[in-house]
Amino acid sequence: MQKKYSWYSLLKAGLGNQEWDQAIPLSKPKSKYDVIIIGGGGHGLATAYYLAKECGITNVAVLEKGYIGGGNTGRNTTIIRSNYLRDEASSLYEHSMRLWEGLSEDLNFNVMFSQRGVYNLGHTLQDMRDIERRVNANVLNGVDAVVVDHKEIKEQIPIINTSKNARYPIMGASFQARAGVARHDGVAWGFARAASNLGVDIIQNCEVIDIEVEEGKVKGVKTTLGDIMADRVGCVSAGHSSVVAKMAGLRLPVESHPLQAFVSEAMKPILHTVVMSNAVHGYVSQSDKGDLVIGAGIDGYNSYAQRGSAKIVEHCAAAILELFPIFSRVRMNRQWGGIVDVCPDACPVISPTKVEGLYFNCGWGTGGFKATPGSGNVFAHTIAQDKQHELAVPFHIDRFTSGALIDEHGAAGVAH
Amino acid sequence: MFLIDCPYCKESRDQNEFSPAGEAFIARPQNPEELSDDEWSDYVFYRTNHKGDHWEQWVHTNGCRKYFLVKRSTISHEILEVAAFGEVTSENPS
Repeated sequence: MQKKYSWYSLLKAGLGNQEWDQAIPLSKPKSKYDVIIIGGGGHGLATAYYLAKECGITNVAVLEKGYIGGGNTGRNTTIIRSNYLRDEASSLYEHSMRLWEGLSEDLNFNVMFSQRGVYNLGHTLQDMRDIERRVNANVLNGVDAVVVDHKEIKEQIPIINTSKNARYPIMGASFQARAGVARHDGVAWGFARAASNLGVDIIQNCEVIDIEVEEGKVKGVKTTLGDIMADRVGCVSAGHSSVVAKMAGLRLPVESHPLQAFVSEAMKPILHTVVMSNAVHGYVSQSDKGDLVIGAGIDGYNSYAQRGSAKIVEHCAAAILELFPIFSRVRMNRQWGGIVDVCPDACPVISPTKVEGLYFNCGWGTGGFKATPGSGNVFAHTIAQDKQHELAVPFHIDRFTSGALIDEHGAAGVAH
Repeated sequence: MFLIDCPYCKESRDQNEFSPAGEAFIARPQNPEELSDDEWSDYVFYRTNHKGDHWEQWVHTNGCRKYFLVKRSTISHEILEVAAFGEVTSENPS
């Protein structure tokens, strides 16, 4: 395996027309690790990477039941921003944003992080009051944000419909210039490659079927590839968090729902930024490949089926056409769903549990992708020190008992 | 998308007419004064989130507007059983 990518390695392999080296080695599980991470999505791989890089724990296995980049990491709409209202949430997402800003260099892998800005549209006076409040909170928290009016939006995005005759006229927006998008499955590959370079075993096609708990302490896991021992286990299994928790006899305050997205055929560049609207509920950007990437909302019922209902697609398409009538003849190429675990307060759980040595990082709901590096970073420190990272403290699972919820639902300016 | 047999309208109608209303058989505690914080928390926030056949509540929003119980697979979305309240309880779920 090639240890480091550089212009020289590219030139050498390109000129020589050699077979390209495999980016991530195919590992077989050992019988014992210091730490096991259940779930090889972006958050799990980032956790393993920062465990190895910052906490000096390299005897780590990441167990993935499918393949790297095949779960929610490869299913989201790739939006990255940190303009959350609450101090606790904005600190966590801003921590993540700062890691994004150096991530490609840090991982030696181009995650195609593109800070093209995000507009969160307001369509009513109350929307605009909320936007002003959130922008002020962002500025106080050191997060870049400005309020823009509909004229400025039209100047920046000429194809958007700012007509007063629209059913839900656009009145203004918040704009975060440092926000943007990244190549989502590339993020998983980058973290997996960088982690395995530091000695982490990335084990694909290995499903955890049970968690061994003895006298309140975690001992290891049973998998489809055999039993693996570890004193510390971190669960980062998104939509399947409740299923994994049940193996250890735990319940979680999350419910799993399908979240849908779709992409159009590839087109020439037409939309240079990210546009989100909570009121009409849709969000859209254009990938570097040229397809429009469109995100919808969740279905209200519980599901593990990775597909949603047509009603949601229709609702979302209507919202996008409301904003961009020019897209009415664009043909959609693919549509899919992912399973998201939603917390009652729409904030994640990054926490130890009642089982000693068992940690959960879950409940990211519809907005986890943007947090990938930050989530992995604080979770790695939480596992390594058996003590929550300071940014993770408000996200303890006990908040559902104490009542100290983080009321971010709807306040964040979206539709994540 | 799926069809739901409303037990009151006695008709198979499009899912769009209905709204999901959460897990079934979650009864409000009878002895609120005696409950610990953990027990309250479990009642208010914690859910089974079952993968497989799951009893849940639906309401016929754009129809008779009545709540009822549905046993549905959260893996395939197949509806296995529909019942009015009282016909099935947490003590005798099928």
